[in-house]
Amino acid sequence: MKNMKQVFQRPKCLRDVPFHFCPGCHHGVIHRLVAECLDAYDLQEKTVCAASVGCSVFMYDYFEVDVCESPHGRAAAVATGIKRALPENFVFTYQGDGDLAALGIAEGIHTAHRGENITIIFVNNTVYGMTGGQMAPTTMLGQTTTTSPFGREFRREGYPIRMAELMSVIEGTAFSARAAVNTPKNLMQAKKMLKKAFEVQIRKEGFSFVEFLSACPTNWKMTPEQANQRVHEEMIPYFPLGVFKEKQPGSN
Amino acid sequence: MSNPKMELVNGNEAIARGAIAAGCKFYFGYPITPQNEIPEYLSKHLPEVGGTFIQAESEIASINMLLGVGATGGRAMTSSSSPGISLKQEGISYLAGCEIPGVVVNMSRSGPGLGGISPSQGDYFQATRGGGHGDYRTIVLAPYSVQENYDLTILAFDLAEKYRNPVVILGDALLGQMKEPIVLRTHKPEKFDKSWILTGAKGRKPRFLKSLYLNEGDLTEHNWKLFQKYQQMKAEILYDTYQIEDADMIVVSFGSVARIIKSSIKMARDQGMKVGLFRPKTLYPYPEESLKELSQKVAHFFVVELNTGQMVEDVKLSVDKGSRVDFYGRPPGSIPTPNELFEEIKKVYR
Repeated sequence: MKNMKQVFQRPKCLRDVPFHFCPGCHHGVIHRLVAECLDAYDLQEKTVCAASVGCSVFMYDYFEVDVCESPHGRAAAVATGIKRALPENFVFTYQGDGDLAALGIAEGIHTAHRGENITIIFVNNTVYGMTGGQMAPTTMLGQTTTTSPFGREFRREGYPIRMAELMSVIEGTAFSARAAVNTPKNLMQAKKMLKKAFEVQIRKEGFSFVEFLSACPTNWKMTPEQANQRVHEEMIPYFPLGVFKEKQPGSN
Repeated sequence: MSNPKMELVNGNEAIARGAIAAGCKFYFGYPITPQNEIPEYLSKHLPEVGGTFIQAESEIASINMLLGVGATGGRAMTSSSSPGISLKQEGISYLAGCEIPGVVVNMSRSGPGLGGISPSQGDYFQATRGGGHGDYRTIVLAPYSVQENYDLTILAFDLAEKYRNPVVILGDALLGQMKEPIVLRTHKPEKFDKSWILTGAKGRKPRFLKSLYLNEGDLTEHNWKLFQKYQQMKAEILYDTYQIEDADMIVVSFGSVARIIKSSIKMARDQGMKVGLFRPKTLYPYPEESLKELSQKVAHFFVVELNTGQMVEDVKLSVDKGSRVDFYGRPPGSIPTPNELFEEIKKVYR
């Protein structure tokens, strides 16, 4: 082993335990990305995470950082309290589509308007995973779920919400982007975006937001491979990837 | 000896000033009548002591911001009035479940629904039975004067930290709006255990605060632990008495009504009626043992509330079975005068 260099290892901020996530779910990959970015900026000792409710509820089992539970949808408000009390610490939330885009949309939008110096990581899989596949605010038109059994129809269930775009038009938002992890290329882009969001907070430039498109093979009733394909074919055309807002450093 | 510092202040302002005296550094709230002097005062004066004031987008956001500060070991307060307190109940349940301290002020008004802005004690059940979902309790402090608004607010912060639990101050529109001279003081909080707070895992293992327990037996254990804590809170029971030594009828009232009925009791005494007052200052934990002891000497109790009958249930649960418990309740809409309550005393006194 003498002349060998370790090029891959478990991030320091990720606990050495098996995930409970279903096969093909993207939460595990996104968790890892978050942990890698926390490591990249040496944030383990400074981080307090406001957890959420949904498939991501067990964050304190996976992340090697301080974690505070939040009621469903309220993570951005909890994170606001944490950050105001500990302005030198790194504070992020990790919320699913029900948590952020339904119950917590008021908290999310007002946190952005206040320009709270926190980062929201938003995981959009177009379905309520934990509760067994009900319709989400991000469920695609035509998509069948257990509570939109005839397929989402805009006259009946309305349109899916595009959160990254919504956040981008808010004055207090310093950074808003959408990423996917369905291909190695997208994954690398996603990491770049997440790093930018973290840098915005580290530089105290205000609110940063990264939406991740995520697969839910279980509730989509697909194989992991088909689910990855769906992210590419159905989700990305409606939820385009990219950076929607990037305030220039020092502009506020 | 110098005279104590006295000032004429409004009841809501007394709460705000009590919070600052207690070392509160964070306030989150959403405007609602009749408690707006609390956020108004703190928006101006918290920054002077290096504190943070946020007018949040909702009562729900406010209580969760308080949860976030509480998780870091900071002293935070939120205030509202009845409809807004209903919105905070989810957060209060999480505070109790996660064992995070915080002070919640309810300058209650009339319900149900939008009700009105007149004083009411209709939130007694909500305050003393937990209020949100799950089997939990909050300490409930019931001031009856502007001075007590100030003093009990200071106490609330220490109790919240001591028990790692939300503490509710249950006042009403009357206690919030009246002005009285109060004695101001400085307060040095006790040192409480902070080995649980979240500040970043520097030089220690990561910590978490949660109320979710899915493994078999864990939630049972957690609930028993909380129950034990609620039992220990009995050490904090506070009550006040007035002319009970020779009384053959004891009025039981809390908050603003207790204040009014004190005058009615004076009128009764002037006419030779031996009436006394028992006034719980902690509505949870309730002074049940003291009332029980009292009922072994006095057989007649008269409960008077600004509602159609809530605390009267706790009085009935506390006193000896043979005791007679009469009740007069005034639904919201008007405040009884001392004369009116004296008439009610005459009706039941024998």
